[in-house]
Amino acid sequence: MPEIIIISGKGGTGKTSLTAAFAHMAAEAVICDLDVDAPDLHLILQPTIKVREDFHSGHEAVIDPAACTACGLCAEMCRFGAISGPEAGYRVDPLKCEGCKVCVQFCPAGAIRFPDRHCGEWYISSTRFGPMVHAQLFPGAENSGRLVALLRQKARDLAQESGRSLILSDGAPGIGCPVISSLSGTDFAVLVTEPTPSGRHDLERVADLCRHFNIPTGVIVNKADLNPANTADIQRWCGETRTEFIAALPYDPAVTEAMVRRQTVTEYSADGLSLNIRRSWRRILELGSRKTTSVQDPSNLKGEFKK
Amino acid sequence: MIVAVASGKGGTGKTTVAASLAWVWDRPVAAVDLDVEEPNLHLFLKPDIAGRETAAMEVPVADESKCTYCRACADLCQFKAITVLGSVLLTFPEMCHGCGGCLAVCPEKALSPGSRELGEVSWGTADGRIGFFMGRLRVGEAMSPPLMRAVTAKIAQSADAAAADIIIDAPPGTSCPAIAAVLPSDLILLVTEPTPFGFHDFRLAHEAFRPLQKPMAAVINRAGLGERSIYDYCRSADIPILAEIPFDRRIAEAYSHGRIVAAALPELNSLFAGLIPRLRELARAAAVREATLHA
Repeated sequence: MPEIIIISGKGGTGKTSLTAAFAHMAAEAVICDLDVDAPDLHLILQPTIKVREDFHSGHEAVIDPAACTACGLCAEMCRFGAISGPEAGYRVDPLKCEGCKVCVQFCPAGAIRFPDRHCGEWYISSTRFGPMVHAQLFPGAENSGRLVALLRQKARDLAQESGRSLILSDGAPGIGCPVISSLSGTDFAVLVTEPTPSGRHDLERVADLCRHFNIPTGVIVNKADLNPANTADIQRWCGETRTEFIAALPYDPAVTEAMVRRQTVTEYSADGLSLNIRRSWRRILELGSRKTTSVQDPSNLKGEFKK
Repeated sequence: MIVAVASGKGGTGKTTVAASLAWVWDRPVAAVDLDVEEPNLHLFLKPDIAGRETAAMEVPVADESKCTYCRACADLCQFKAITVLGSVLLTFPEMCHGCGGCLAVCPEKALSPGSRELGEVSWGTADGRIGFFMGRLRVGEAMSPPLMRAVTAKIAQSADAAAADIIIDAPPGTSCPAIAAVLPSDLILLVTEPTPFGFHDFRLAHEAFRPLQKPMAAVINRAGLGERSIYDYCRSADIPILAEIPFDRRIAEAYSHGRIVAAALPELNSLFAGLIPRLRELARAAAVREATLHA
């Protein structure tokens, strides 16, 4: 079963608007929002939550002031500068605590508790385009990598149960922990960029990351007409690095207009950009199905485009 | 004064604002790129790099001849970075958070400190007057906060930076890297755009940063686009909107050519210069409030 992810390195290149449009094009997909830190896909897909679960991951240290002898060993051993004191007593700053347990282990007074950390929630929902798996990490929480891995497993289970043949995921920006966690075992990564120095720079880094994990990639240049020379450079770079160049999409105010109406751009308007997006999606399906044997029929599109 | 330029959503204009603010700043200033996963500030400030060094984190190296397979290290490690299988000791340095717990707990001293490369810290000067620091995460490295701490440690060693105001370009999001980037600041400047995604992520960022009890202010980029909810939210949450950058293709094009918009467009030069006294006033008011609280 192909797993296709939309990522970008740089934020704000249009990942989520494109993922929403692809979710509209795709029949038989389980939709997954792997940007657990600042998820936005639900704003367009308006999911109805069917299952809501707490996400616990790791622990945090809490000093019991009554048992603390103020020896200061915990603060001395903490590598993360998370323990302040002795003025006003020794305390753990939960925002800095990594949950490593070193202070708990070495406290001679046994004064440090180590409760579970409740980091967020995850959901299984239904949308007008099919089932969706998504989450919300609590503000400032960590372990987004583990939550991403959990969502991916839930999406696979859901695809199996519901007989759906594709997993389409919206990824996080950057190249760190949540992105790495979203890549392992993925069949195809669509890299969305824009023709700016930062778009180009971040594209190269996220493409390097995909190469590192042996994930085939294809590139979409969004807002391509903003700087046609840069777009041409990116296309040339794709040729040199044997990266598939999927499409150059023009800037179109319809994207924001659709977003304000909580619609995908392909629902909002059937022509112009939407035709381009539809072509891109066909190509992505072909590319994404190459690696796995279960082949998604690329003509199996739904919505008003299925003539 | 340390200003962190942050946002929930990516691509709202953090780097545009950070570069432009540094450009028009009226005192000695250092611009710091803490978006170590995807650092972009250098593409606009184009600094002369004076030095660079590799940043590393401590991870355990095992000497199995001394190991008695007592499992003390594996039982303590919360990150599955060290394990004992029968009479084999395995370390997974890429999982290690560098807490030093295994080294401290091993009764046989069978573990010694080794290192894992996190990335590179570099520094220099832009336009002969703007101090510059950045971190660049090694591709494949998952953890950015340790490299961010290496960058701030480098700044702390610099006498010039100690005397200067500091502008931090933070990573997007609301989880640990974003928090780590704004922690050293006196004031958080949130950059957003008035679209549903921009508004939603702005709210997440505001909630994430609120417990830090730092003053926050907003700059609305691409004003005129989308909808008005962000304005109502800022009013009710008492977040001053310090500036609106109009939605203007000339700005997007200048950015696409790697230009600092405050240098390229005179009206934006005065817009950013106008931000400085307001940022100072907000930081000063917060410092006074803090002093009163502790008095």
